[in-house]
Amino acid sequence: MSGQDHGGDGVSRRKVLECMTWAGTGVLWTVTGGVPRSLGIIDSADAATAAAPGMSFLQISDSHVGFDKPANPNALGTLEEAVNKINAMPAKPSFMIHTGDITHLSKAAEFDNAERIISQTKLDVHYVPGEHDFIDEEVKLYRERYGRGTKGHGWYSFDAGGVHFVGLVNVVDLKAGGLGNLGAEQLAWLEDDLRGKSKSTPIVLFAHIPLWTVYPEWGWGTEDGGRALEHVKGFGSVTVLNGHIHQVMQKVEGNVTFHTARSTAFPQPAPGAAPSPGPMKVEDARLRSMLGVASINFKQNEQRLAIIDTPLQG
Amino acid sequence: MKTLNRRDFGVDFGLALAAAILLPATKARADDMEIHIDNFVFQPAELKIKAGTTVTWTNRDDIPHTIVSAGKFRSKTLDTDDKFSFTFTNAGDYKYFCSLHPHMTGMIKVE
Repeated sequence: MSGQDHGGDGVSRRKVLECMTWAGTGVLWTVTGGVPRSLGIIDSADAATAAAPGMSFLQISDSHVGFDKPANPNALGTLEEAVNKINAMPAKPSFMIHTGDITHLSKAAEFDNAERIISQTKLDVHYVPGEHDFIDEEVKLYRERYGRGTKGHGWYSFDAGGVHFVGLVNVVDLKAGGLGNLGAEQLAWLEDDLRGKSKSTPIVLFAHIPLWTVYPEWGWGTEDGGRALEHVKGFGSVTVLNGHIHQVMQKVEGNVTFHTARSTAFPQPAPGAAPSPGPMKVEDARLRSMLGVASINFKQNEQRLAIIDTPLQG
Repeated sequence: MKTLNRRDFGVDFGLALAAAILLPATKARADDMEIHIDNFVFQPAELKIKAGTTVTWTNRDDIPHTIVSAGKFRSKTLDTDDKFSFTFTNAGDYKYFCSLHPHMTGMIKVE
C-alpha cells in the first residue's frame, strides 16, 4: 500500500475492498467505503435501503447448461432455481455478470436454454466466456450471441455506478502444461483501457479462470494474470471476480480483493482434496448448499465492495 | 496339397497363441493402442509405439476434453465416453495436451 491513508485505523478507506462471504448461492457485491456492510439478500429487506444510494450487481457463474451427469443430472433446473432466488431478492440489482461456462458443450440448444432461463431475471447481463463456451466446431456460437461490441476473443469494458468494469477472456490459446491465458493483445488493450482513469475509480476485473494462482496442479490460475494486475496497480480499489473452480475462494492482497463464485450446476473439490478437479458428487440433500450466486454492493464515496455469496439452499 | 513347413507353422501358431493371451479381446489389431482419460490424466501418459500404429483415446471423465498436438493432430471435443483415433505413420516424438485443461499433457514416441 502506498501512504495515502487518511483513516486512523491504518487501513485506507479508499484501498480496501471488503469482502463478506456467506455460505451461499450468489455473490451480492456491495461497493461501499469505510464500514463493512452486511447485506443479506434474502432475509434482510432493509439492507438495500442501507446501501443506498450505492449500486449492487450480481455474479453468476458456471451454469454448465447441458450437464446431466451424476453430480447434478439437471443443471438447467438449478440455474432456474438460482434465477428464482435472484428474482426474489428484495432489492433489484443494477445488472448481472456471468463469469463463463454458460454451457457445458457449446451447443446451440444449450446457449438457447441458458438464455431462456437467465433472461427471466430481466437484468442486463455482461458475459465473459469459459472454456466450455468455445468448443463448438467453428467457435462462433458464443460470439454470435455475446460478442457484439467486444474486442479480440470477447473482452470489453463499461462503466456503471462510478465503477469501471473490465471483462477479460483467459480461456483461449492455452499452452500445453500451462494455465489460463490473456495474451499480449488483450494485455495491451487493458493497459490502454485504463490509461487516464482516475486512481480513485473502483475497478472490477472479471474473467472465467481465476486471475491469481489458486492451484496450478489443476490449472487453476492464469499464466499472465500478474501482468493484468500490474496494470491496476495504483488504483485504490480493485476487485477481481472469477468462476471456473465452482467454489467460493477469496484472498485480499493490498488493494486487491480476489473472489471466486459458486457454480449454479455442480460443486468441485477443494484444491488437492480429490484425485481431479472434476464434478464432485455429494448427497442430494447437500447439493444446493454448494451451488449459488454472489451479490456485490457498491456505495458512493465509500470504496469497499461487499460481496455476499448466497447458496441455493442452506 | 500345399506343403507347410513345420517350423513356420510352429512359429505362427506360437505368435497367435501369445497374442490371444496377451491382448484384450476388444483390440481389433495387435498393434492398436488405447489411452484412457481418467481424472484429468492421460493413461498411460507416455506411450512407445511402432510407425503405423493407431492410438485411440477414450474420455472416461464427466468433463469434456480434447487431444491436441500442435501442427499434428487435433480431436473434436470429446464428451464422456467419446473416442478419438489417430494413426502415426511417421517416427518422432508427439507431445500432446488437452486444450481445455492444458495441465493435462502426454507423449507418443513413434519408432
